[in-house]
Amino acid sequence: MQDRTKELLQSIAGINGFQPGTAFNLRMDGMGVERHSTSQVTIKQKTQGSGIDIIIQPHTKAEQVHIPVLITQSGIHDLVYNDFYIGEGAEVEIIAGCGIHNDGCDASQHDGIHTFHVGKHAKVIYREKHIGEGKGSGKRILNPTTAVHMEEGSYMEMEMTQIKGVDSTKRKTTCDLADNAKLIIFEKLMTHGEQRADSDVTVELNGADSVVQIISRSVGKDTSIQVFHPIAVGNQACRAHIQCDSILMDQSKISSIPEIAANHVDAQIVHEAAIGKINNEQLVKLQTFGLSQEEAEAVIVEGFLK
Amino acid sequence: MLTLSNLCFEAAGNHIIRDISADFEEGSFSVITGPNGGGKSTLARLIMGMERPTSGQILWDGKDISGLTIDERAKLGIGYAFQQPARFKGMSVRALLTLAHGKALSHDQACAYLSAVGLCANEYLDRDADASLSGGELKRIEIATLLARDLRLAIFDEPEAGIDLWSFAKLVETFQQLHENPRLSILLISHQERIMNMADEILIVENGKITQRGKREAVLPTIMQDLSSCEYKR
Repeated sequence: MQDRTKELLQSIAGINGFQPGTAFNLRMDGMGVERHSTSQVTIKQKTQGSGIDIIIQPHTKAEQVHIPVLITQSGIHDLVYNDFYIGEGAEVEIIAGCGIHNDGCDASQHDGIHTFHVGKHAKVIYREKHIGEGKGSGKRILNPTTAVHMEEGSYMEMEMTQIKGVDSTKRKTTCDLADNAKLIIFEKLMTHGEQRADSDVTVELNGADSVVQIISRSVGKDTSIQVFHPIAVGNQACRAHIQCDSILMDQSKISSIPEIAANHVDAQIVHEAAIGKINNEQLVKLQTFGLSQEEAEAVIVEGFLK
Repeated sequence: MLTLSNLCFEAAGNHIIRDISADFEEGSFSVITGPNGGGKSTLARLIMGMERPTSGQILWDGKDISGLTIDERAKLGIGYAFQQPARFKGMSVRALLTLAHGKALSHDQACAYLSAVGLCANEYLDRDADASLSGGELKRIEIATLLARDLRLAIFDEPEAGIDLWSFAKLVETFQQLHENPRLSILLISHQERIMNMADEILIVENGKITQRGKREAVLPTIMQDLSSCEYKR
C-alpha cells in the first residue's frame, strides 16, 4: 500500500490497513482490493451489481468491521451498494468512510448506497468519515444514501463526519423504527471554499416507545452553502428530538428546514435549530487567556465539531 | 504596576468614565464598589482591553498599553473573570481550564482549581461548559479559569453574584489564598461586605468617577453609614 493510501486510510478510519481479528473490506478506485471475514462476520461480493453484503451472525459480541473506500485517481465515478444484515442480539461497531485524493482536473465521485437491516435487540455503532484532498481542480463529490431498518428493541448510533475537502455532497438518510428501537444520529459537517452540502434525513417512528435523537453540528466558511432538511414522523407513542446548530463564518449560507409530524396522540416531537456567527462572548473569553482572535475561532470551531 | 491616567470613555454620547486616574501597586487587593451603572465594569473592561478609552492612558510597569489588544494584555499577565460567563458548546471544563493554563494541565492541578471554587472535580472535569451547567456552577468555573493562569493582575467582576452561601465561604477563602501571592494584584468589583472586608483598599466609583478611595478601615464604615442597605448586602 502506498504511503498516500495509508495516510488517507488513517484520516478516515484511524487505521493503516487490515487489522487482524476484524472483518475488513477495502475498496479502491472502484474495485474491491482486500477482504477478510471472521467467524462471526462474513463479507461477500454481491452476485449481481457492484458492492458487498456484510452478514453479522446473531449474538455476535464486540466485533469491529472496517469497510473503507478510497479514490486516488481523477475522473472515477464509483457507485456501490453495501447491504448490512445484523443478526438478533448482535453487538458490532462498523467503521466506514470515504477518502478522495484528486490531483487531476476531472471529477472524482463516490456514491455509496448503504442499507442496514438491524435485527431485534441488536446494537450497532456506525461511524463514517468523509474527506477530500489533492491539488487538482477536479471536484471531489460524495453522495451517500443510507437506509436503516430497525427491528424491535434494536439500538443504533450513527456518527457521520465530513470536515474538509469535499466539494459537493448530497446525503440522503431514511430510517424506520419498530417498537422500542432507539436511533441516535450525530452529523458533523464543515464546508469551505465554494462547497455545497445537502443533507436530508427522514425518520419514521413506526413502533411504540421508539426514540430518535438527531444532532447536527455544522460550520460554514468562505462562500459555502449548507442545506439541512430533517424530517421526523411519529406514527406511534414515541419521542423524537432534532437539534441543529450551525456556525456561520465569512459569506457562507446555511438553511435548516425542519419538518415534524405527529400521527399519534402520544408522539412527542421536538425540533430546535440555531444558526449564527461565533458568539462574541466566547471569543473575548478565550482572548483573555491570551489567544488571538484567529486562534480563539479555531478552538471554538474545533470544540463545536468535536 | 498599573496606572490609569486621565481615563475617559464615551459611548453613544454618554460619558461613562470621566477622567479617572489611579495607581495600583503590586500585590494589592482593591475592591471597587458603587451604585449600579456607575462605571465599575466599564473601568474593568477598559483595563482588560475590551473597550478602548476615548482619551487618557493605561500604563503597565510604566509602559502605555492603551493600544494593546485583549490577548496582548492577557500575555502581560492580566486576567478577567466575567460577571456573566460565556457558555461553550462542545468544550469540556477540562479543555477550558487547559486553555486558561496555556499548557498541558495535570489531572491533579485541574482538580485543585475546581476544589478551590467548591466544585467536585470528578463531576465536572469532563462535562461541557455549556447550557447544561447552572449559572452558579459556570460562575465558579469562570473563577477557576483565573486560578489556572499565572497572573499579575486578576480582575473579578462581581464574583459573588449567583453563588450559594456555602460556596461563597469557600470563595472568600480562595481570595484570601490568592492575596498571599505577593506578585499578584487583585481588582475586584463587589457589593459584598465580606469581600470588602478582605481588601487592602476600597474605591467607590459612581457617575464615572472615583468619589472615594482609601484603606478599608477608613472607607468601609462610611459606606455602611452613607448608603442604603439595598445597595450593599451585609
